[in-house]
Amino acid sequence: MKKLSKSARGSFINYGIVLVFFLIFQIMLSMGKLSSSFSGQLIPICTYVIMALSLNLVVGISGELSLGHAGFMSVGAFSGVIAAACMQNSVEASWIRLILAIVIGAAFAAVAGAVIGVPVLRLRGDYLAIVTLAFGEIIKNVLNCLYIGVDSHGLHISMKDANALGMEADGITIINGPMGALGIKKISTFASAVILILIVLFIIQNLVNSRSGRAIKSIRDNRIAAEACGINVMKYKMMAFVVSAAMAGAAGALYALNYSTVVPKKFDFNTSILILVFVVLGGIGNLRGSMIAAAVLTVLPEMLRQFQDYRMLVYAIVLILVMILTNNRKAKDMLGRMKAGIFGKIDHRRQTNE
Amino acid sequence: MVINMLNYLINGISLGSVYAIIALGYTMVYGIAKMLNFAHGDVIMVGGYISFCATSYLGWPVIPSVLLSIFVCTILGIMIERLAYKPLRMATSLAVLITAIGVSYFLQNAALLIWTSNPKAFPNMVTLPPLVIGELQISSVAMVTIIACIVIMVVLTLFTNKTKLGKAMRAVSEDKDAAQLMGINVDATISLTFAIGSGLAAIAGVLLCSAYPTLMPTTGAMPGIKAFTAAVFGGIGSIPGAMLGGILLGIIEIFGKAYISTQLSDAIVFSVLILILLVKPTGLLGKKINEKV
Amino acid sequence: MNNQEKTARPVLEVSHLGIDFGGLTAVDDFNMKIGATEIAGLIGPNGAGKTTVFNLLTKVYQPVRGRILLDGKDIGNMNTIQVNRAGIARTFQNIRLFEKLSVGDNVKIGLHNSIQYGMWSGIFRLPKYWSEEKRIHEKTLELLSIFDMQDLADVTASSLPYGAQRRLEIVRALATEPKLLLLDEPAAGMNPSETAELMENIRKIRDQFQIAVLLIEHDMSLVMGICENIAVLNFGKIIAQGNPAQIQNNPQVIEAYLGKKKEGKP
Repeated sequence: MKKLSKSARGSFINYGIVLVFFLIFQIMLSMGKLSSSFSGQLIPICTYVIMALSLNLVVGISGELSLGHAGFMSVGAFSGVIAAACMQNSVEASWIRLILAIVIGAAFAAVAGAVIGVPVLRLRGDYLAIVTLAFGEIIKNVLNCLYIGVDSHGLHISMKDANALGMEADGITIINGPMGALGIKKISTFASAVILILIVLFIIQNLVNSRSGRAIKSIRDNRIAAEACGINVMKYKMMAFVVSAAMAGAAGALYALNYSTVVPKKFDFNTSILILVFVVLGGIGNLRGSMIAAAVLTVLPEMLRQFQDYRMLVYAIVLILVMILTNNRKAKDMLGRMKAGIFGKIDHRRQTNE
Repeated sequence: MVINMLNYLINGISLGSVYAIIALGYTMVYGIAKMLNFAHGDVIMVGGYISFCATSYLGWPVIPSVLLSIFVCTILGIMIERLAYKPLRMATSLAVLITAIGVSYFLQNAALLIWTSNPKAFPNMVTLPPLVIGELQISSVAMVTIIACIVIMVVLTLFTNKTKLGKAMRAVSEDKDAAQLMGINVDATISLTFAIGSGLAAIAGVLLCSAYPTLMPTTGAMPGIKAFTAAVFGGIGSIPGAMLGGILLGIIEIFGKAYISTQLSDAIVFSVLILILLVKPTGLLGKKINEKV
Repeated sequence: MNNQEKTARPVLEVSHLGIDFGGLTAVDDFNMKIGATEIAGLIGPNGAGKTTVFNLLTKVYQPVRGRILLDGKDIGNMNTIQVNRAGIARTFQNIRLFEKLSVGDNVKIGLHNSIQYGMWSGIFRLPKYWSEEKRIHEKTLELLSIFDMQDLADVTASSLPYGAQRRLEIVRALATEPKLLLLDEPAAGMNPSETAELMENIRKIRDQFQIAVLLIEHDMSLVMGICENIAVLNFGKIIAQGNPAQIQNNPQVIEAYLGKKKEGKP
């Protein structure tokens, strides 16, 4: 039972961190201490935190490399926007609309995850990575050609152009091909974003420390042994993948409903990679690390604005250096020795290695 | 109708040849270093810019400018390997992947600083008249691309099968430790592979920009991803597979654009890739690897 | 005697089992019967195909020839997962633990299919979750106590010493409630006193759980000490089968296997 309480303590610390983060910024926001550019970043930060958490479920807990996570985000974003637009006149309260839009976004992304997961999860390693990348690109490409409008008759969908929708005069185009979703009503709030983080944390942490989570981790550690223990490998890989996709979809809906327009191009390969970088730098399988990395690395480029053109170059160099310093044995030893020199004790990791 | 189809076919083979040359770089590096070198596409872009600068600013003739571009990219490839990838040879593949992405960001943003984001109009490097056979007209760029691809394929095959260095390369990609024990200089062999791959990327860059003459810091990204797809399609690690995958991909893309939908062409390409991998999980010419229990 | 009756009814009946790898016959015409509470041994020189037999029985490889009956039921169409659920559990020659998980969690993976709650109960921590987790935690400690490992439940599996890792693999396999336990070189890397202890424990497991055991082992003291029935494999074929005394005196076995060992000694 000691183990249980240890993981439970870790979970509660994570909830605490999120709440403290919320309180600090909410207070600063109400006191007007935050610059408008920074307060505009709050919901995107929350979105990327959720994206990193959900990708960690696939990459860290389930051990499968996915390079198309932004695809699920875009499915959630666009289905959420459509849902919100359809409910514009029928549902009065904006927070109910937001909740429904997020649920619908998550549901559509989950379906996409299930459809993609069946073929993808049969593959392994680099092949799985490339196919998730391909699916991400397919989703982006299809959304780029998608036109959706709504009028008194209901939804109209076309793959050609906005005129082909054939709507009544009162019709509104919601999704306009490469121009993306237009005229979105901003209904996402900082509080709702934080609540969504807490829900996502709750689901992942409880899942990981349950029968299903153990099975998912066992497949990551040794697929053949897991099979020999009677674990249904495909079922649990799918579970991690679909739950993760649903969360990415929810994040996408939250994200899109914070802007007046959203283009499909926003959710391309580079966004998938960005989220993967959060997960890797935060520590594979480390939820707290994912959250912190996502928040810091979303804010950092904004902070570095004064360096203008150099900031992405610096970002690239830092990324390479961090990877080398944390993964090269010589560099690790050197860091360990430096630590030992500073703190006067031997680095724990070196001790166990030798 | 038939003439149209033939035209599309030739365009497809020509585009596919470019993909194939890029895919060769991916596949060779994957074979030897077991890593997805995501920065490879950006080496293409650098190759394009170098030959652009040599011809447009320095007024160099075509051949020397292409040679310069090959030279610079070869050095760049070796430097990338030495500085970024070599320290991570024992690390997890994910760490290497992220590093490769870092290198890709670095190249793109360095190019952005040097050459700005304004698209450059790439000069016409191939000024020969088009080949006309009856109603069929083949542009000189397409001709040169296809011929270059064939020549590269033949030379590479001969190199890997007949020469000592090529055999060393194959040995290292089979088993690094065993190769080392046989007295093969593994570091040098890996550098050589990166050098060849990057040199090929420079050629691909020039050919790509000749066919699609706008040059931007992100020019290499999409062809890079597609060529990578082509390499996987043909069976990553296999040289003939990269060739086959590249050319098939080019043909599928052009036919998809012509007969199905221009906007959806990328979706079509990637869907075919997924279908192939479902039927043959290791690609068309890839080897099946069994895990030892 | 009751025990003998049980031993007489075979839990495993393998006939004409075989597989080829790229034209090379790895295992051919493998026949074996194992009684319900029998301890059987599979021996043979390196590369004789012993582990391949295990891989065929557990469907890591799909057999090309032959029939496998488990408790009278044909398991020919099953995959690895179904075979485990049908009642065959195994350990691996090159230890395959869930290295990043704790010792307790490794055992709990073995118990996975006996745990009675699903994903949603786990996420929302429904009463079923608490009662089942409590039950299996106790069960885990009980199973670990076979090898006196109950105090190690919270330790990460990869940090266990080699011998303990092998023992944990056996506990994990037992947790799946098998009828037949396959042990692939359980004594590899153990010293003589550890091996003797292991021998006792294998007997104890058989008696306590009333299951059959088939083991691959190079340590002849262990094989001859506890196996009631031994099959000798050479180049993928059975060259002898019988009780320890019969095997030890079989000239073919001595030539193929024991003979070589004697040559090596001065």
